Amino acid sequence: MSGQLTPNISEYSDSLEDKTMCTVCGCSEGETTIDDHHDHNHQSSHEHTHDYGQGPAHAHAPGMSQARMVQIEQDILGKNNQYAAANRNFFSEHGIHVLNLVSSPGSGKTSLLSRTIEDMQADFSVAVIEGDQQTANDAERIRATGAKAIQINTGKGCHLDGHMVGHAVESLKPEDGSLLFIENVGNLVCPAAFDLGEAHKVAILSVTEGEDKPIKYPDMFHAAELMLLNKIDLLPYLDFDIEKCIAYAQQVNPRIRVLELSAKTGEGMDEWYQWIVSTRQTALIGHPKQIA
Amino acid sequence: MLQILEESSASQGFSKVKRVWLEIGELSGVEKEAMRFGFDVVMKETLAEGAELEIIDLPGEAWCMPCSKQVKVAAKFDACPICGSYQLQVTGGDEMRVKELEVE
Repeated sequence: MSGQLTPNISEYSDSLEDKTMCTVCGCSEGETTIDDHHDHNHQSSHEHTHDYGQGPAHAHAPGMSQARMVQIEQDILGKNNQYAAANRNFFSEHGIHVLNLVSSPGSGKTSLLSRTIEDMQADFSVAVIEGDQQTANDAERIRATGAKAIQINTGKGCHLDGHMVGHAVESLKPEDGSLLFIENVGNLVCPAAFDLGEAHKVAILSVTEGEDKPIKYPDMFHAAELMLLNKIDLLPYLDFDIEKCIAYAQQVNPRIRVLELSAKTGEGMDEWYQWIVSTRQTALIGHPKQIA
Repeated sequence: MLQILEESSASQGFSKVKRVWLEIGELSGVEKEAMRFGFDVVMKETLAEGAELEIIDLPGEAWCMPCSKQVKVAAKFDACPICGSYQLQVTGGDEMRVKELEVE
């Protein structure tokens, strides 16, 4: 909300040294900043200066001080949305299909992703942005599959934002037409509010968690297009009520799709791959670079 | 929020913010007490140090599809108060914006 968090981006396959400036926000020295842009855009039209006294509610006397009123009318998350929009333009131009994977810690995101990459990389170029507070463990697990991966450590931050992702993409350099998975910080609250420029948010819920999570953390399940119910191989040992869980998810998001799968046994994974392929194809219809 | 203040300070030519009006919708998920606490901490040693924070509450509103009506809701994923359906589209009350500033 206040200043940007400085992402700590670590990557091994590609040196960060050759990254001299950010093309999106120009956050290194001496370059045009995205703010300049915005002053020419819609925002300036909302900013009007009014001298002295905006009406009784604000109760300050005209002429009594140098104080004046400035109308701002800017959304607090507006800045993030500008970064996200820039990311989305970039992804669209390069035909990169981006999925933002969100869940609580321990739902099996990284295992699901590793298996997905192993099964899909024969057909697609796959790259991954990993978000965690600390360690590069997840990016290392992904690199073990052969896919390009970059780790963002958010430090004290509890979510990835559009600005961090923009930088990560510059270093990662995903190929045109590739699949890019963003594994968000394990957290069902804040990542719901931060658009990263992705095509879809995918919420992962494992059956070892409570079936009422969709109504406990409604914002996340409302923001997601798809819910993956993971670890269904464990169902015989649990009291998890799948029907109830799906009903809760549909209560907060009537259009959500649900797939049941196990990244461990592979059950249900084909439907997940089909969903990725079909959403990607839909997004690429009419793409000028004719990426297939 | 601080960035918005700093940018406005450059474009509008002021150096001190004395009061900030925030519009916070009932459905925005903002904890107002946390916002007030964080505001004072974040604004320390900035152009808005000591500024007063005024929060304008906006009511939650949604469009109920089965009723084809505008209804009031107190929480984002509540059912329609008339028909009980969850097919609601939030139309107002999710705001989280800086409305205006008193500056000098």
